Amino acid sequence: MVELVDMVLLGFMAVVAVVVARLRNLFGVVLVSGFFSLLSASMFVVLDAVDVAFTEAAVGAGVATVIMLGTLLLTTSEEKKASGSSLGALLVVLVTGAILVYGTLDMPHYGDPDAPVHHHVAPRYTHDSPEEIGVPNIVTSVLASYRGYDTLGETTVIFTAGLGILLLIGSSFRSRGGRDGDR
Amino acid sequence: MRQQLILRIAAKLFIPFILLFALYVQFHGDYGPGGGFQAGVIFAAAFVLYTLIWGVDEAKRVVSPNLLQVLAALGVLIYAGTGIAGIFLGGTFLDYGVLQHDPVHGQHLGILLVELGVGITVAAVMTSAFLCFAGRKRS
Amino acid sequence: MSALPGLYNYWIVIFLMMTGLFIVISRRNLIKKMVGLSIFQTSVFLLYISMGKITGGTAPIVAGPDTVYSNALPHVLILTAIVVGIATTALGMAIIVRIHEAYGTIEEDEILSQDLQQ
Repeated sequence: MVELVDMVLLGFMAVVAVVVARLRNLFGVVLVSGFFSLLSASMFVVLDAVDVAFTEAAVGAGVATVIMLGTLLLTTSEEKKASGSSLGALLVVLVTGAILVYGTLDMPHYGDPDAPVHHHVAPRYTHDSPEEIGVPNIVTSVLASYRGYDTLGETTVIFTAGLGILLLIGSSFRSRGGRDGDR
Repeated sequence: MRQQLILRIAAKLFIPFILLFALYVQFHGDYGPGGGFQAGVIFAAAFVLYTLIWGVDEAKRVVSPNLLQVLAALGVLIYAGTGIAGIFLGGTFLDYGVLQHDPVHGQHLGILLVELGVGITVAAVMTSAFLCFAGRKRS
Repeated sequence: MSALPGLYNYWIVIFLMMTGLFIVISRRNLIKKMVGLSIFQTSVFLLYISMGKITGGTAPIVAGPDTVYSNALPHVLILTAIVVGIATTALGMAIIVRIHEAYGTIEEDEILSQDLQQ
Protein backbone atom coordinates (compact mmCIF):
# COMPACT_ATOMS: atom_id res chain seq x y z
CA MET A 1 0.00 0.00 0.00
CA VAL A 2 2.77 2.40 0.90
CA GLU A 3 4.57 1.48 -2.31
CA LEU A 4 1.44 2.44 -4.24
CA VAL A 5 1.33 5.89 -2.60
CA ASP A 6 5.05 6.20 -3.32
CA MET A 7 4.74 5.38 -7.02
CA VAL A 8 1.64 7.54 -7.57
CA LEU A 9 3.19 10.58 -5.89
CA LEU A 10 6.42 10.26 -7.86
CA GLY A 11 4.52 9.78 -11.13
CA PHE A 12 2.45 12.85 -10.38
CA MET A 13 5.62 14.85 -9.69
CA ALA A 14 7.07 13.77 -13.04
CA VAL A 15 3.95 15.03 -14.84
CA VAL A 16 4.07 18.33 -12.94
CA ALA A 17 7.76 18.83 -13.83
CA VAL A 18 6.98 18.35 -17.54
CA VAL A 19 4.12 20.86 -17.22
CA VAL A 20 6.55 23.43 -15.75
CA ALA A 21 8.87 22.90 -18.71
CA ARG A 22 6.15 23.46 -21.28
CA LEU A 23 4.11 26.27 -19.71
CA ARG A 24 4.88 29.79 -21.02
CA ASN A 25 2.78 31.89 -18.66
CA LEU A 26 5.18 32.60 -15.79
CA PHE A 27 2.41 33.11 -13.26
CA GLY A 28 1.25 29.56 -13.94
CA VAL A 29 4.84 28.31 -13.79
CA VAL A 30 5.36 29.79 -10.31
CA LEU A 31 2.11 28.38 -8.96
CA VAL A 32 2.76 24.93 -10.44
CA SER A 33 6.24 24.93 -8.94
CA GLY A 34 4.66 25.67 -5.55
CA PHE A 35 2.45 22.64 -6.11
CA PHE A 36 5.57 20.62 -6.99
CA SER A 37 7.11 21.61 -3.64
CA LEU A 38 3.94 20.51 -1.84
CA LEU A 39 4.02 17.13 -3.61
CA SER A 40 7.67 16.69 -2.68
CA ALA A 41 6.78 17.52 0.95
CA SER A 42 4.19 14.71 0.87
CA MET A 43 6.82 12.43 -0.62
CA PHE A 44 9.18 13.30 2.24
CA VAL A 45 6.49 12.26 4.75
CA VAL A 46 6.16 8.89 2.97
CA LEU A 47 9.95 8.55 3.28
CA ASP A 48 9.76 9.16 7.09
CA ALA A 49 11.53 12.54 6.88
CA VAL A 50 9.03 14.62 8.84
CA ASP A 51 11.38 17.52 9.69
CA VAL A 52 12.41 17.80 6.07
CA ALA A 53 8.78 17.69 4.92
CA PHE A 54 7.90 20.50 7.32
CA THR A 55 10.77 22.64 6.07
CA GLU A 56 10.09 21.90 2.40
CA ALA A 57 6.39 22.77 2.75
CA ALA A 58 7.11 26.00 4.63
CA VAL A 59 10.06 27.10 2.51
CA GLY A 60 9.37 25.65 -0.93
CA ALA A 61 5.62 26.07 -1.14
CA GLY A 62 5.59 29.19 1.03
CA VAL A 63 8.51 31.58 0.89
CA ALA A 64 9.82 30.59 -2.56
CA THR A 65 6.40 31.04 -4.19
CA VAL A 66 5.89 34.42 -2.51
CA ILE A 67 9.31 35.72 -3.55
CA MET A 68 8.91 34.48 -7.13
CA LEU A 69 5.49 36.18 -7.34
CA GLY A 70 7.10 39.38 -6.09
CA THR A 71 9.72 39.08 -8.81
CA LEU A 72 7.00 38.50 -11.42
CA LEU A 73 5.29 41.68 -10.29
CA LEU A 74 8.51 43.65 -10.87
CA THR A 75 9.39 42.07 -14.23
CA THR A 76 7.38 40.44 -17.02
CA SER A 77 4.80 37.69 -16.71
CA GLU A 78 5.05 35.82 -20.01
CA GLU A 79 7.93 33.91 -21.50
CA LYS A 80 8.89 34.77 -25.06
CA LYS A 81 8.10 32.09 -27.64
CA ALA A 82 11.06 29.76 -28.06
CA SER A 83 12.94 30.21 -31.31
CA GLY A 84 15.23 27.49 -32.55
CA SER A 85 15.07 23.88 -31.51
CA SER A 86 16.09 22.53 -28.13
CA LEU A 87 17.28 19.25 -29.62
CA GLY A 88 20.85 19.72 -28.41
CA ALA A 89 19.70 20.27 -24.82
CA LEU A 90 17.45 17.21 -25.07
CA LEU A 91 20.38 15.11 -26.26
CA VAL A 92 22.63 16.28 -23.41
CA VAL A 93 19.90 15.58 -20.90
CA LEU A 94 19.18 12.09 -22.28
CA VAL A 95 22.86 11.12 -22.24
CA THR A 96 23.30 12.41 -18.67
CA GLY A 97 20.14 10.60 -17.57
CA ALA A 98 21.31 7.36 -19.16
CA ILE A 99 24.67 7.58 -17.39
CA LEU A 100 22.96 8.24 -14.05
CA VAL A 101 20.57 5.30 -14.53
CA TYR A 102 23.56 3.10 -15.33
CA GLY A 103 25.08 4.33 -12.08
CA THR A 104 22.02 3.41 -10.03
CA LEU A 105 22.22 -0.23 -11.11
CA ASP A 106 24.97 -0.60 -8.51
CA MET A 107 23.07 1.04 -5.69
CA PRO A 108 21.40 -0.87 -2.84
CA HIS A 109 17.67 -1.31 -3.27
CA TYR A 110 15.28 1.27 -1.84
CA GLY A 111 14.63 0.56 1.84
CA ASP A 112 17.49 -1.91 2.27
CA PRO A 113 18.58 -1.93 5.95
CA ASP A 114 22.07 -3.18 5.02
CA ALA A 115 22.93 -0.20 2.83
CA PRO A 116 26.36 1.35 3.59
CA VAL A 117 24.77 4.62 4.71
CA HIS A 118 23.34 2.88 7.81
CA HIS A 119 26.68 1.53 9.01
CA HIS A 120 29.16 4.24 9.90
CA VAL A 121 28.30 7.40 11.84
CA ALA A 122 24.50 7.23 11.72
CA PRO A 123 23.95 4.27 14.11
CA ARG A 124 26.22 5.98 16.64
CA TYR A 125 24.03 9.09 16.52
CA THR A 126 20.82 7.06 16.77
CA HIS A 127 22.05 4.96 19.72
CA ASP A 128 23.85 7.61 21.74
CA SER A 129 21.58 10.60 21.24
CA PRO A 130 18.99 9.64 23.93
CA GLU A 131 21.69 9.29 26.64
CA GLU A 132 24.18 11.93 25.62
CA ILE A 133 21.74 14.68 24.70
CA GLY A 134 18.37 13.50 25.99
CA VAL A 135 16.32 15.15 23.26
CA PRO A 136 13.67 12.89 21.65
CA ASN A 137 14.00 14.36 18.14
CA ILE A 138 17.19 12.80 16.78
CA VAL A 139 17.29 15.19 13.82
CA THR A 140 17.34 18.21 16.15
CA SER A 141 20.06 16.69 18.28
CA VAL A 142 22.24 15.97 15.26
CA LEU A 143 21.49 19.34 13.68
CA ALA A 144 22.10 21.48 16.76
CA SER A 145 24.63 19.48 18.72
CA TYR A 146 26.57 16.83 16.83
CA ARG A 147 26.72 18.89 13.62
CA GLY A 148 26.21 22.29 15.20
CA TYR A 149 29.08 23.89 13.31
CA ASP A 150 27.39 23.22 9.96
CA THR A 151 24.22 24.84 11.25
CA LEU A 152 26.21 27.93 12.24
CA GLY A 153 27.47 28.13 8.66
CA GLU A 154 23.93 27.71 7.36
CA THR A 155 22.63 30.54 9.54
CA THR A 156 25.43 32.75 8.26
CA VAL A 157 24.43 31.85 4.68
CA ILE A 158 20.86 32.99 5.34
CA PHE A 159 22.10 36.17 6.94
CA THR A 160 24.38 36.85 3.96
CA ALA A 161 21.54 36.24 1.49
CA GLY A 162 19.35 38.69 3.42
CA LEU A 163 22.20 41.18 3.38
CA GLY A 164 22.57 40.76 -0.39
CA ILE A 165 18.85 41.25 -1.01
CA LEU A 166 18.81 44.37 1.14
CA LEU A 167 21.78 45.79 -0.77
CA LEU A 168 20.35 44.94 -4.21
CA ILE A 169 16.72 45.99 -3.96
CA GLY A 170 16.33 47.36 -0.47
CA SER A 171 16.66 51.08 -1.11
CA SER A 172 12.97 51.81 -0.48
CA PHE A 173 12.96 49.41 2.46
CA ARG A 174 15.82 51.12 4.25
CA SER A 175 14.83 54.74 3.69
CA ARG A 176 11.96 56.58 5.33
CA GLY A 177 8.91 57.02 3.09
CA GLY A 178 10.30 54.99 0.14
CA ARG A 179 11.59 56.32 -3.13
CA ASP A 180 12.04 54.74 -6.54
CA GLY A 181 14.64 52.09 -7.25
CA ASP A 182 18.03 53.66 -7.46
CA ARG A 183 19.66 54.16 -10.84
CA MET B 1 -15.35 47.73 0.35
CA ARG B 2 -17.22 44.77 1.79
CA GLN B 3 -14.58 42.40 0.42
CA GLN B 4 -11.86 44.32 2.20
CA LEU B 5 -13.86 44.03 5.43
CA ILE B 6 -14.06 40.24 5.23
CA LEU B 7 -10.36 39.95 4.43
CA ARG B 8 -9.37 42.25 7.27
CA ILE B 9 -11.45 40.49 9.89
CA ALA B 10 -10.29 37.04 8.76
CA ALA B 11 -6.66 38.19 8.83
CA LYS B 12 -7.11 39.67 12.31
CA LEU B 13 -8.39 36.29 13.46
CA PHE B 14 -5.59 34.32 11.79
CA ILE B 15 -2.46 36.32 12.49
CA PRO B 16 -2.26 35.75 16.28
CA PHE B 17 -2.70 32.00 15.77
CA ILE B 18 0.00 31.93 13.10
CA LEU B 19 2.41 33.69 15.46
CA LEU B 20 1.47 31.34 18.29
CA PHE B 21 1.99 28.32 16.05
CA ALA B 22 5.42 29.66 15.08
CA LEU B 23 6.38 29.88 18.77
CA TYR B 24 5.03 26.37 19.34
CA VAL B 25 7.09 24.95 16.48
CA GLN B 26 10.18 26.79 17.74
CA PHE B 27 10.08 25.46 21.26
CA HIS B 28 8.74 21.97 20.53
CA GLY B 29 11.40 21.20 17.96
CA ASP B 30 12.98 18.94 20.56
CA TYR B 31 9.94 16.70 20.89
CA GLY B 32 8.54 16.54 17.40
CA PRO B 33 9.27 17.90 13.94
CA GLY B 34 10.14 21.55 14.07
CA GLY B 35 12.95 23.78 15.13
CA GLY B 36 14.38 27.14 14.23
CA PHE B 37 14.03 27.21 10.45
CA GLN B 38 10.43 26.15 10.25
CA ALA B 39 9.45 28.51 13.08
CA GLY B 40 11.21 31.46 11.47
CA VAL B 41 9.46 30.90 8.15
CA ILE B 42 6.01 30.57 9.78
CA PHE B 43 6.66 33.74 11.77
CA ALA B 44 7.53 35.57 8.56
CA ALA B 45 4.35 34.20 6.94
CA ALA B 46 2.26 36.05 9.55
CA PHE B 47 3.92 39.32 8.55
CA VAL B 48 3.46 38.52 4.87
CA LEU B 49 -0.29 38.11 5.49
CA TYR B 50 -0.38 41.41 7.34
CA THR B 51 1.44 43.16 4.48
CA LEU B 52 -0.90 41.69 1.86
CA ILE B 53 -3.99 43.08 3.63
CA TRP B 54 -2.77 46.41 5.01
CA GLY B 55 0.04 47.39 2.66
CA VAL B 56 3.79 47.81 2.88
CA ASP B 57 3.75 51.19 4.67
CA GLU B 58 1.56 49.90 7.50
CA ALA B 59 3.76 46.81 7.78
CA LYS B 60 6.85 48.99 8.05
CA ARG B 61 5.16 50.87 10.86
CA VAL B 62 4.43 47.63 12.72
CA VAL B 63 7.96 46.25 12.41
CA SER B 64 10.52 48.88 11.59
CA PRO B 65 13.24 48.07 9.03
CA ASN B 66 15.98 48.94 11.50
CA LEU B 67 14.60 46.42 13.98
CA LEU B 68 14.56 43.71 11.30
CA GLN B 69 18.16 44.38 10.34
CA VAL B 70 19.26 44.30 13.97
CA LEU B 71 17.33 41.07 14.63
CA ALA B 72 18.89 39.36 11.61
CA ALA B 73 22.36 39.99 12.98
CA LEU B 74 21.28 39.26 16.56
CA GLY B 75 20.33 35.68 15.72
CA VAL B 76 23.75 34.84 14.31
CA LEU B 77 25.30 36.61 17.30
CA ILE B 78 23.31 34.46 19.75
CA TYR B 79 24.41 31.32 17.94
CA ALA B 80 28.09 32.23 17.80
CA GLY B 81 27.89 33.63 21.31
CA THR B 82 26.74 30.26 22.64
CA GLY B 83 29.82 28.76 21.04
CA ILE B 84 32.13 31.37 22.52
CA ALA B 85 30.48 30.97 25.94
CA GLY B 86 31.54 27.34 25.78
CA ILE B 87 35.14 28.47 25.36
CA PHE B 88 34.95 30.89 28.30
CA LEU B 89 33.51 28.19 30.58
CA GLY B 90 36.35 25.79 29.88
CA GLY B 91 35.23 23.67 26.93
CA THR B 92 35.77 23.92 23.20
CA PHE B 93 33.84 25.99 20.64
CA LEU B 94 30.14 24.99 20.59
CA ASP B 95 30.65 22.59 23.49
CA TYR B 96 27.29 22.66 25.25
CA GLY B 97 28.23 20.24 28.03
CA VAL B 98 30.03 22.91 30.07
CA LEU B 99 27.16 25.41 30.01
CA GLN B 100 25.47 23.91 33.07
CA HIS B 101 26.34 21.74 36.07
CA ASP B 102 25.36 18.58 34.19
CA PRO B 103 26.27 17.73 30.56
CA VAL B 104 22.73 16.67 29.57
CA HIS B 105 21.20 19.88 30.97
CA GLY B 106 23.95 21.80 29.25
CA GLN B 107 22.99 20.17 25.94
CA HIS B 108 19.36 21.14 26.48
CA LEU B 109 20.27 24.77 27.19
CA GLY B 110 22.69 24.90 24.29
CA ILE B 111 20.19 23.49 21.81
CA LEU B 112 17.51 25.91 23.06
CA LEU B 113 19.75 28.96 22.63
CA VAL B 114 21.05 27.85 19.26
CA GLU B 115 17.62 27.16 17.80
CA LEU B 116 16.44 30.52 19.15
CA GLY B 117 19.25 32.25 17.29
CA VAL B 118 18.40 30.42 14.08
CA GLY B 119 14.69 31.21 14.40
CA ILE B 120 15.29 34.92 14.99
CA THR B 121 17.62 35.25 12.00
CA VAL B 122 15.39 33.30 9.62
CA ALA B 123 12.25 35.25 10.62
CA ALA B 124 13.98 38.61 10.24
CA VAL B 125 15.61 37.75 6.90
CA MET B 126 12.46 36.31 5.33
CA THR B 127 10.32 39.26 6.46
CA SER B 128 12.79 41.87 5.23
CA ALA B 129 13.30 40.03 1.92
CA PHE B 130 9.55 40.01 1.31
CA LEU B 131 9.20 43.69 2.27
CA CYS B 132 12.03 44.58 -0.13
CA PHE B 133 10.30 42.82 -3.02
CA ALA B 134 6.88 44.18 -2.16
CA GLY B 135 7.99 47.76 -1.60
CA ARG B 136 10.07 48.19 -4.72
CA LYS B 137 8.47 50.54 -7.26
CA ARG B 138 8.00 49.14 -10.76
CA SER B 139 10.24 50.84 -13.31
CA MET C 1 12.94 -7.31 -14.10
CA SER C 2 13.64 -7.74 -10.42
CA ALA C 3 15.50 -4.44 -10.15
CA LEU C 4 12.38 -2.45 -11.04
CA PRO C 5 10.58 -2.21 -7.68
CA GLY C 6 13.82 -1.61 -5.79
CA LEU C 7 15.11 1.11 -8.09
CA TYR C 8 11.89 2.72 -9.40
CA ASN C 9 12.25 5.55 -6.89
CA TYR C 10 15.73 6.43 -8.09
CA TRP C 11 14.80 6.35 -11.78
CA ILE C 12 11.83 8.69 -11.37
CA VAL C 13 14.04 11.02 -9.32
CA ILE C 14 16.62 10.96 -12.12
CA PHE C 15 13.83 11.83 -14.58
CA LEU C 16 12.88 14.80 -12.38
CA MET C 17 16.53 15.89 -12.20
CA MET C 18 16.87 15.75 -15.95
CA THR C 19 13.66 17.73 -16.44
CA GLY C 20 15.02 20.45 -14.17
CA LEU C 21 18.35 20.38 -16.00
CA PHE C 22 16.55 20.61 -19.35
CA ILE C 23 14.65 23.70 -18.20
CA VAL C 24 17.90 25.35 -17.05
CA ILE C 25 19.78 24.61 -20.29
CA SER C 26 17.15 25.15 -22.94
CA ARG C 27 14.83 27.91 -21.72
CA ARG C 28 15.95 31.51 -22.15
CA ASN C 29 13.74 33.26 -19.61
CA LEU C 30 15.69 33.87 -16.40
CA ILE C 31 12.77 33.22 -14.05
CA LYS C 32 12.06 29.91 -15.81
CA LYS C 33 15.72 28.96 -15.38
CA MET C 34 15.53 29.64 -11.64
CA VAL C 35 12.35 27.54 -11.34
CA GLY C 36 14.09 24.72 -13.24
CA LEU C 37 17.05 24.97 -10.90
CA SER C 38 14.78 24.69 -7.88
CA ILE C 39 13.11 21.59 -9.41
CA PHE C 40 16.60 20.10 -9.89
CA GLN C 41 17.49 20.84 -6.25
CA THR C 42 14.27 19.33 -4.90
CA SER C 43 14.76 16.12 -6.86
CA VAL C 44 18.33 15.80 -5.53
CA PHE C 45 16.91 16.11 -2.01
CA LEU C 46 14.46 13.29 -2.84
CA LEU C 47 17.38 11.13 -3.98
CA TYR C 48 19.24 11.56 -0.70
CA ILE C 49 16.22 11.04 1.52
CA SER C 50 15.24 7.91 -0.47
CA MET C 51 18.66 6.49 0.33
CA GLY C 52 18.08 6.96 4.05
CA LYS C 53 14.74 5.19 4.25
CA ILE C 54 14.60 1.77 5.92
CA THR C 55 11.65 -0.49 5.10
CA GLY C 56 9.50 -0.82 8.21
CA GLY C 57 11.23 2.10 9.87
CA THR C 58 9.64 5.20 11.29
CA ALA C 59 10.50 8.85 11.71
CA PRO C 60 13.67 9.41 13.78
CA ILE C 61 11.89 10.59 16.93
CA VAL C 62 12.53 8.42 19.98
CA ALA C 63 9.40 6.36 20.67
CA GLY C 64 9.89 3.37 22.93
CA PRO C 65 12.49 0.58 22.73
CA ASP C 66 12.96 -1.79 19.80
CA THR C 67 11.84 0.68 17.14
CA VAL C 68 13.64 0.85 13.81
CA TYR C 69 14.30 4.46 12.86
CA SER C 70 15.03 5.70 9.38
CA ASN C 71 18.49 7.15 9.08
CA ALA C 72 18.58 10.68 10.52
CA LEU C 73 21.82 11.82 8.93
CA PRO C 74 20.50 12.53 5.40
CA HIS C 75 17.61 14.46 6.97
CA VAL C 76 20.02 16.86 8.65
CA LEU C 77 22.08 17.40 5.51
CA ILE C 78 19.01 18.00 3.37
CA LEU C 79 17.55 20.42 5.92
CA THR C 80 20.65 22.56 5.51
CA ALA C 81 20.51 22.16 1.74
CA ILE C 82 16.86 23.29 1.52
CA VAL C 83 17.61 26.44 3.46
CA VAL C 84 20.72 27.25 1.43
CA GLY C 85 18.67 26.63 -1.74
CA ILE C 86 16.02 29.15 -0.77
CA ALA C 87 18.74 31.68 0.13
CA THR C 88 20.31 31.41 -3.32
CA THR C 89 16.89 31.45 -5.03
CA ALA C 90 15.86 34.64 -3.22
CA LEU C 91 19.17 36.31 -4.05
CA GLY C 92 18.87 35.20 -7.68
CA MET C 93 15.40 36.72 -7.88
CA ALA C 94 16.77 40.02 -6.55
CA ILE C 95 19.46 39.97 -9.25
CA ILE C 96 16.79 39.24 -11.90
CA VAL C 97 14.85 42.33 -10.75
CA ARG C 98 17.97 44.48 -11.15
CA ILE C 99 18.72 42.95 -14.55
CA HIS C 100 15.21 43.82 -15.67
CA GLU C 101 15.67 47.39 -14.53
CA ALA C 102 19.00 47.67 -16.34
CA TYR C 103 18.16 45.92 -19.64
CA GLY C 104 14.38 46.12 -19.86
CA THR C 105 14.08 42.39 -20.47
CA ILE C 106 14.73 39.07 -18.77
CA GLU C 107 15.24 36.95 -21.88
CA GLU C 108 18.81 35.75 -22.06
CA ASP C 109 19.34 36.23 -25.82
CA GLU C 110 18.05 39.82 -25.75
CA ILE C 111 20.35 40.62 -22.82
CA LEU C 112 23.36 39.16 -24.63
CA SER C 113 22.57 41.06 -27.84
CA GLN C 114 22.25 44.31 -25.89
CA ASP C 115 25.60 43.64 -24.29
CA LEU C 116 27.23 42.94 -27.66
CA GLN C 117 25.85 46.14 -29.16
CA GLN C 118 27.46 48.35 -26.50
